[in-house]
Amino acid sequence: MSSINELNDILSDKERSYKFGFSTDIESERPKKGLSEDTIKFISSKKNEPEWMLDWRLKAFEKWKGLKEPSWANISYPKIDYQDIYYYSAPKGFKEKPKSLDEVDPKLIETYNKLGIPLQEQKVLAGVAVDAVFDSVSVATTYKGELEKLGIIFCSISEAVINHPELIKKYLGSVIPPGDHSFAALNSAVFTDGSFVYIPENVKCPIELSTYFRINAEETGQFERTLIIADKNSYVSYLEGCTAPQRDTNQLHAANVELIALENAEIKYSTIQNWFPGDEEGKGGIYNFVTKRGLCKEKNSKISWTQVETGSAITWKYPSCILKGENSIGEFYSVAITNNMQQADTGTKMTHIGKNTKSKIVSKGISLGKSQNTYRGLVNFLKNSDKSRNYTQCDSLLIGDKCGAHTVPYIESKNHSSIVEHEASTSKINEEQLFYCRQRGLNQEEAVSLIVNGFCKQVLQELPMEFAVEAQKLVSISLEGSVG
Amino acid sequence: MLSIKNLTASIEENKILNNLSLNIGKGEVHALMGPNGSGKSTLSNILAGKEEYQILSGEIIFNGNNLLDLDIEERSQKGLFLAFQYPVEIPGVNITPFLLTALNSKLKKEGKKEIDNLTFAKNIKHIASELGIQKEMLSRSVNEGFSGGEKKRFEILQMSILKPLLSILDETDSGLDVDALRVVTDGVNKLRNPESSFLIITHYQRLLDYIEPDFVHVIHEGRITKTGNISVAQEIEKNGYKNLI
Repeated sequence: MSSINELNDILSDKERSYKFGFSTDIESERPKKGLSEDTIKFISSKKNEPEWMLDWRLKAFEKWKGLKEPSWANISYPKIDYQDIYYYSAPKGFKEKPKSLDEVDPKLIETYNKLGIPLQEQKVLAGVAVDAVFDSVSVATTYKGELEKLGIIFCSISEAVINHPELIKKYLGSVIPPGDHSFAALNSAVFTDGSFVYIPENVKCPIELSTYFRINAEETGQFERTLIIADKNSYVSYLEGCTAPQRDTNQLHAANVELIALENAEIKYSTIQNWFPGDEEGKGGIYNFVTKRGLCKEKNSKISWTQVETGSAITWKYPSCILKGENSIGEFYSVAITNNMQQADTGTKMTHIGKNTKSKIVSKGISLGKSQNTYRGLVNFLKNSDKSRNYTQCDSLLIGDKCGAHTVPYIESKNHSSIVEHEASTSKINEEQLFYCRQRGLNQEEAVSLIVNGFCKQVLQELPMEFAVEAQKLVSISLEGSVG
Repeated sequence: MLSIKNLTASIEENKILNNLSLNIGKGEVHALMGPNGSGKSTLSNILAGKEEYQILSGEIIFNGNNLLDLDIEERSQKGLFLAFQYPVEIPGVNITPFLLTALNSKLKKEGKKEIDNLTFAKNIKHIASELGIQKEMLSRSVNEGFSGGEKKRFEILQMSILKPLLSILDETDSGLDVDALRVVTDGVNKLRNPESSFLIITHYQRLLDYIEPDFVHVIHEGRITKTGNISVAQEIEKNGYKNLI
């Protein structure tokens, strides 16, 4: 048997253990199952929302009723029964977000400690502020006071609705209109929590902002909503991480993330997605239907998406940039690893509206086991996008012979002065490379991990320093199928 | 150090090695010469553990170990090194951490203390400069975009860092200009000591002008047909293989 086949057997047979698979035994409070006006009113009242917010949700719900799920992606899954899902879940007795960590349920703190996200500020990752979201509610935000001194608002979106209604009214849904597609409408109707960031003019946010999403309760959907606004001449780097307990049933995660960059502002958004992927037969796991879109609203603005996608049973996700301001820049760096029965259809959409806009796409797909991994991208040059350019590079790596890699790049141009460069490759992990590494004394798993990390390097080096090492380890773990 | 007894091996039903025997003692340098298709590269691949060959009979003892029972990486960790004829490119994998991982897996196996990044970075720079290798090379990816000569220099650099007991050089000299050949041969000569042995596979006597072998073997149709001293190589250079096979 060749070593590739052996390797594939090791990777697919060995139960891939998911070290975040534990669940927290904490009583939760939930409304009745199912999606209805009542459910939406329940969520809105739990969050003490003003009337206008409830109206906004109900309008989105009306839109959702008339929309069908998008069906063009290369994924298959049983029909989602929207009436068989809980739309809200909060630790019981959770009325108001605790003012200080002393008031947070010790079980919750323990959960985040186990996940490696300590919430006590003296222990937190140096230079990283964390907003921790547990099921439908934000349970803690660290470093808040430090940031307030700079005028930076970093809080849960529920708090922002109450404390900063002018910003929410102005920007929520301005990049992803609630009627955009069915998952966007669903999220707009029932979004529960998520992070809100506002960076004022001329402020460079000195630390990484980060949100950690955890789905705990069973049969619960998580509908997070994140809104980041970078005002003129500002800069922010933001990172989200996610995990969920190992359960037999599928859980729905339909998030919306909106970014707005004003003149000369830059937003760097990184994701390390490690939702439970299901077991090796494809049982369980998160259905991850995510809409992420950034608007470079004014000139010289920049939005950069970096994602490392290793989890979820299904990933449907296309972080996009609308390059409206002149000279604005959009970037998308992606590593997507699929193993066992995972399906990922992920990519980006770069819409060039303004003059001299630039976009760059680097996508690295790695498929193992019986998984299917698709890159889907659209680069669109509108009429007035003079002298704009795009560079796209899509590389796929196959490990074993039962998996699939697909690349679907669309390019549309209504402007003759725009320039597009596209490079794509698909390769199998190379026997010669493995032999070479092993001849130098590396074992098979070390060798594969090294080769794959090398393959992803262009993307991993875009991550903030604090997380790059974590991401490399995660890549190795996803390949080894062993506890890290 | 290495004792090959009556080795017969095939690939896809084709017998390539036919009852081959060869003994390499501690500290000895052996050259193996032979026409194309005589089994030279097959022998080096089998010694390193490449998996596509079938061993039909015979045994190989390497430093007291039954070599054929060992995995590829175990052979390396026990001190067997192959300088490849065609070193493969590994994009994105930086040379320095790659070699550090390799060295540490060996040290770990030997129960020795692993070496840290900083010390290693110093060592590798020192060894590279001794071999006349530009230090810019050390920040590149393994073999990526290397010229033929650079690839071979890098093989020798790796050999110098891992300090193997047995180094097999598979036509390392082919396609090299005089300068690169000098790097390769200097590297071998620096490592020559009473503990390390070499098996040098080559087509040309030219290499043996720089590295003086203790023995020269001629391989033909998968077996050793002639063993002697440097005069065998000289005879090949002069008259070809016709009198030796």
